[in-house]
Amino acid sequence: MPQYLLTIYQPDGDPPPPEVLEPIMRDVEAVKQEMKDAGAWVFSGGLHPPSTATVVRGADGDTLLTDGPYLEGKEHVGGFTIVRAPDLDAALEWGGKLAGALRLLPVEVRPFYDEEPN
Amino acid sequence: MAVLVRVFGDIDVAEEAVQDAFAAAMTHWPVSGVPPSPAGWIITTARRRAIDRLRREATRDDRHAQAALLHARDEPAEESPVPDDRLRLIFTCCHPALAPAARVALALRLLGGLTTAEIARAFLVPEPTMAQRLVRAKGKIRDARIPYRVPKDADLPDRIRSVLAVVYLIFNEGYAASSGEQLTRPDLCAEAIRLGRLLAELMPDEPEVLGLLALMLLVEARRPARTTANGDLVPLAEQDRARWDRTLIDEGQVLVRRCLRRDRPGPYQIQAAVNAVHSDAPSVAETDWRQVVTLYDQLLAVAPSPVAALNRAAAVAEVDGPAAALALIDRLDLADYHVCHAIRADLLRRLGRADEAAAAYEAAIARTGNAAERAFLAQRRASLPAQP
Repeated sequence: MPQYLLTIYQPDGDPPPPEVLEPIMRDVEAVKQEMKDAGAWVFSGGLHPPSTATVVRGADGDTLLTDGPYLEGKEHVGGFTIVRAPDLDAALEWGGKLAGALRLLPVEVRPFYDEEPN
Repeated sequence: MAVLVRVFGDIDVAEEAVQDAFAAAMTHWPVSGVPPSPAGWIITTARRRAIDRLRREATRDDRHAQAALLHARDEPAEESPVPDDRLRLIFTCCHPALAPAARVALALRLLGGLTTAEIARAFLVPEPTMAQRLVRAKGKIRDARIPYRVPKDADLPDRIRSVLAVVYLIFNEGYAASSGEQLTRPDLCAEAIRLGRLLAELMPDEPEVLGLLALMLLVEARRPARTTANGDLVPLAEQDRARWDRTLIDEGQVLVRRCLRRDRPGPYQIQAAVNAVHSDAPSVAETDWRQVVTLYDQLLAVAPSPVAALNRAAAVAEVDGPAAALALIDRLDLADYHVCHAIRADLLRRLGRADEAAAAYEAAIARTGNAAERAFLAQRRASLPAQP
């Protein structure tokens, strides 16, 4: 079945205070459980802030390391989920549920090239 | 076309196959005669050609081609164009995951059968730009797997809205071209009405579908009276109503009455009803403006928008006078909308405030891209009385 990447974008800066964050995380967890129950969940994870990132470039057998994220902006990828879905409508429905749980954060839905091997 | 898109799940494969089939028809039909079911013949031939093509590609180990081929084998050999396939294609072309401009282009290409060059001309963009837009949209449909499916009931109202918006966008571009020399592009209006009729045939139980068709018919009926022989704009108040197309008006009014009986009002039905009131009136003075104001009140209740409030204010001017209307308009946030300035200018003119009217005409002229509208506004501004 086709798979889709649901990417969560969040603004740079400190996370919201616990009283705001906790209900959000609870709702996100509930959506994840719903995905699992439906057999749609493949993988998901939240990421440490971009300040923890390292960019690696390879050339002529050497690797060059740079501290920090590759793209600098006002927003960054905060986490992602991979779902299997028969078509875009089904994937958008999961994306919508995730976005609903995340309140105002946008979720980008993008298809993978390859289908999951059966 | 719609049948083949469903069978092969790929618009490009279907398009090429249909082209192949038409080419084959050009050579076979003059010799063997037109078959009893020409559409069925085209579909069957196109399917066979597409399978041949996919087989050739499959030998190059093209996985997509193989997948499409597998899919195609599930289908029965003979096929007729069933309404369901066209309906599926409509919902695919107008999918909200596609950009509005792409939806319009796809609808004209795949449902209207216009060529890329024709669509590019209609929207005054270079042909490569339009071709690129179509390629990108078709690529997204294929790769992101936008389904060929009538949406489930829960999503249907939203998705129908998206479909209707595409058709109305095409109609409006034809009715008042946003740029260019001509006021209207009758070809786009005709295409939108054709699509509207198709939707009404496929979804006869959706009152908003009927409402949109009625609205387009009633507005289109006035086109012969909307411009002079040299293409100058004639406002509603000065139109020769004998030149309105009674056949279109009758058809539109029958639809409006059908909608009224359903009693599930929506924005298109209400706007159609407003236009039905105009079509009933022998002159501006004899128009039931109170009814128009009431209808706009309803419209604002179901679909509030500043443009609807502006149209309501224009009707209020005919009931309570221009001063009352002006007070309403000055509360609206429509500084970028040329029609708002044009209506203000007309109200100020009627109130004898010529200086302010002139400024409002200038503001309207600066904001319209359509040459005929600009000429009309400039002429109005020039005919204002000189100030003491």
